[in-house]
Amino acid sequence: MPSTLPPAFSPVGEASFAAFLSQHRPDLLSRLVTEGTGPVDAPHGTTIVGATWADGVVMAGDRRATMGNVIAQRSIEKVFAADDHACIGIAGSAGIALELVRLFQVELEHYEKIEGSALSLDGKANRLSTMLRSNLGLAMQGLAAVPMLAGYDLAQETGRIFSYDVTGGRYEEHDFYSVGSGAVFARGSLKKLFRKELGETEAVEICVEALYDAADDDSATGGPDMARKIFPVVAVVDAAGFRRVDPDELERICQAVVDRRMQRPDGPVARMGQ
Amino acid sequence: MVRSRGWGSDAMTMPFYVSPEQLIKDKADYARKGIARGRSVVVVQVDEGILLVAENPSRALHKISEIYDRIGFAAVGKYNEFENLRVAGVRLADMRGYAYDRIDVTGRSLANAYAQTLGTIFTEAAKPYEVELVVAEVGAEAAHDQIYRLTFDGSVADEHGFVAMGGSSESIAAHLAEHWAEGMTLADGVHLAIAALARSVPPGSPTTSNGLREIPLTHLEVALLERDRPRRTFRRIGADRLRELADG
Repeated sequence: MPSTLPPAFSPVGEASFAAFLSQHRPDLLSRLVTEGTGPVDAPHGTTIVGATWADGVVMAGDRRATMGNVIAQRSIEKVFAADDHACIGIAGSAGIALELVRLFQVELEHYEKIEGSALSLDGKANRLSTMLRSNLGLAMQGLAAVPMLAGYDLAQETGRIFSYDVTGGRYEEHDFYSVGSGAVFARGSLKKLFRKELGETEAVEICVEALYDAADDDSATGGPDMARKIFPVVAVVDAAGFRRVDPDELERICQAVVDRRMQRPDGPVARMGQ
Repeated sequence: MVRSRGWGSDAMTMPFYVSPEQLIKDKADYARKGIARGRSVVVVQVDEGILLVAENPSRALHKISEIYDRIGFAAVGKYNEFENLRVAGVRLADMRGYAYDRIDVTGRSLANAYAQTLGTIFTEAAKPYEVELVVAEVGAEAAHDQIYRLTFDGSVADEHGFVAMGGSSESIAAHLAEHWAEGMTLADGVHLAIAALARSVPPGSPTTSNGLREIPLTHLEVALLERDRPRRTFRRIGADRLRELADG
């Protein structure tokens, strides 16, 4: 560390941490495109689901990371607080994705400290878009990370979900969404289980059900591991802020889902004509 | 134009010799005067954490801010100068925390960087910074709290318990020295800070019968580095909560 604060630390009006790093410490940003082609063998994170409920939004992620046909990690966490009122979940190349989350978290906190107020939810969503786009070089080498952002919009007083593509495209999703290898199965499940009038606990339940369905049909998604007590990471964001669902409560919900599947392995039945 | 001649005109273009002692003294006097003109800030160590209280009628221009998880910043003097230092401190802290780990960002290293920066400006720049700062780091226990006070020339003092800066800081510090005690509660700390700030009476300002000044609560900027909070401990104390604490 230099002993005095270098002039680069003093420009006025720049509240972006990523922009500051790219000027002052580009070595800390993982943007280098290396020589060579072909896929890189690195762990991949899998399925993230999200659903809104009347007063907020829920996000859940399974705990598995895979490397080819091997389970690289059975307890990886892929859902994080982005700040007090937003959470981010990631699928794709785990190393790249986790670094992206870390940078995004500092980015939001940095803005808040420099400017004295937090970014709007749309501002956060756009910021993530730009950061993702700068990773495009890595994505083209097969190291793609695809995030999902969910947050409570303090201005609109509602929970909102944003999805992304590797080029930084940002799309607002309504009601529910899923990303990652098991996303197709999870979304099918959510489609049948989601209702507008869901409460917080029900929203958590349908997310756990959706992850169970994803794990049922996608080998890269892990189901609740009752033996090791490894459950999905489930986060809730509402007006009061971000919180992880209490571990005991989560265990109870997962146990109930597993118990029901013992009776009916395909999960809840959607009734026709309703 | 005819060039003027004679030794008198040469003297006009020749710089006067000023001894280094005089130069330093002039700069220090200049900075001290600037700092004394402003309003005061007090920092008080309490049981719940480290309390930062500034007399500041502005809601937008802060004198007290968050630097990192357990580190707070308080300043008096020229706003643009200490704001510059604050922003640089946030950048330094965030960069260190990102490059290494959040736990590796310490108040000591930040105080050091500020000291070096202020010291360099004081000796090399034509005009010294008219600022005085506190870098406070709240520990898991009161015994591990660290409060660094930095002056315009880059000197650092490791303070214990309380600090008063700006305005007539001597009378405020005297009050704090008399009444501060280890293990004070947050409410006691708020009372003490308000009473101490009331000792600073700029000439011409209205006073109460006992020669003190009445400071409206809306003119106070108050924040706490909350000891028991995980991760980001810095919390501003809003108008309602402040009234509760001050009246309680």
